[in-house]
Amino acid sequence: MSNSPTPVACPGCDLIQHLPELQTGAKARCPRCGDTLAIQSDNTLERTLALCVAAAIALMLANVTPVMGLSAAGLRSSTTLSGVAREMWLQGREGTAAVIVFCAVVAPSAYVGFMLAVLLSLRQARAPIGLGTLMRATNFMMPWSMLEVVMLAVLVALIKVAALAHTSPGIGMYSMGMLVVLFAAIKVTFDPRAVWHQVRWTQ
Amino acid sequence: MIVSCPTCALLCRASDAADPGRCPRCAGDLEHRRHDSLQRTWALIAAAAICYIPANVLPVLTTSTLRSAESDTIIAGVIYLYTSGSWPLALIVLIASVMIPVGKLSALAYLLIGIQRGSFHASRARTRLYRVVELIGRWSMLDVFVIAFVVALIQLPPVMIAQPGPGVPFFAAVVILTMLAAMSFDPRLIWGNERSRYG
Repeated sequence: MSNSPTPVACPGCDLIQHLPELQTGAKARCPRCGDTLAIQSDNTLERTLALCVAAAIALMLANVTPVMGLSAAGLRSSTTLSGVAREMWLQGREGTAAVIVFCAVVAPSAYVGFMLAVLLSLRQARAPIGLGTLMRATNFMMPWSMLEVVMLAVLVALIKVAALAHTSPGIGMYSMGMLVVLFAAIKVTFDPRAVWHQVRWTQ
Repeated sequence: MIVSCPTCALLCRASDAADPGRCPRCAGDLEHRRHDSLQRTWALIAAAAICYIPANVLPVLTTSTLRSAESDTIIAGVIYLYTSGSWPLALIVLIASVMIPVGKLSALAYLLIGIQRGSFHASRARTRLYRVVELIGRWSMLDVFVIAFVVALIQLPPVMIAQPGPGVPFFAAVVILTMLAAMSFDPRLIWGNERSRYG
C-alpha cells in the first residue's frame, strides 16, 4: 500500500508531520516524542482477516471446553472460562464476576466480532456504512480484552493448586494459548491506515 | 485550528476548539484534547488509591479443609508462593499485584503534577512513561483471575473449599480505575500549556 500524501498528527504530542515512504515491516516514530506513528505491513487486511477467522474458532473452543481439571481424594472438578465467573457469582462476588466475564469472554469475543465486521465490510464494493462506529467499538474493546493475562493466571493457578491436588490442563487452556498468539498477530498485522485508505467519505 | 480525528487520524480544520464537531470521514466526535483530562485522571487515581487500601488489608482468598481454614491477603499469597518454593511465581504476582498498581498511581500523579506546573523538562521521557503505564496496566488483573481459577477449581466439599475474600472486588476496582485513569490522561498535554497556546 502506498503511503498517503496527507499529513498526520502524532497521537503522543500532536506534532503535525508527513510520513515518509515506509518499507514493509518498517515503523515510523515521531521525532519529537518517540511515539509510534505507523507500522507498514503488506497485504495487511487479507492476512488480518485470516487471523481473525482462526481466532473466532479458537475462541469458541476456549469458551466451551474445560480450561483445567483437578482431582483430590477421589473427587474431581473442572472449569471453563465462563464457569470461573459463574463460581465467583455464586460465591457472592457479583461485581468481580462481571469484571471477569467482561475481560475474559465478552471483550475478546466482541473484539474479534467487530474486527470481522470491519474486514468483511471492506470487501464489499460499496462504501460500508457505520465503519467509523465499528472501528470505535473495536478500539474500545481492545484494552479490556485480557486473554494473555488470563493465560498467565491459569499457569499460576495450576502451580498454586498443584501443591494441594492433582491438576490437569484441558483443551480450553491450549486454545487460549493459541488465542494469545493469534491476538498478538492480529495487533501486529492490522493497520488501521489501510482501512481508511479504502474509504473516501461517509457522506 | 487543526484537530486529528481520534478514530481515523484524519486532520480536520475545526472552527471552534471547544466544539470541533464530527470527522467528515468516519463521523466520529472530534476532540482537540480529551475532555477534562486532568480533573478526570486525578479523580480516578484518587478513587483507585482509596480502593487500594481495603484491597490489601482485607483477605482475598479463604481456603478451608477438614481440619483448618485459612484467609490470605494479597501479600500473604505472595509470601505463601515464596515459601512453598516457587519464587519466580511469587515474583510475577508481586510485580503484577503490588508494583504495577503502585507504580501506575505514582507515575500518573507525577505526570499530572508536571503538567500542572507547566514543566517542559524531559517531555520525551514522560511521554514514554505514559505509554509504559498504558501498556502494563492490564497485567495487574492477574491476581483477580488467579483467585477466580483457584476458587472455581477447589470446590471439593467437604474435603477442600476455596472462597473469594472481600478484598477481591476492591482489587478489581483498583485495576479498572487505574486503567480508566490512564485512558482519560492526554499525553499531548505534556507538550504544551493549552491555555497559553490557544487561550
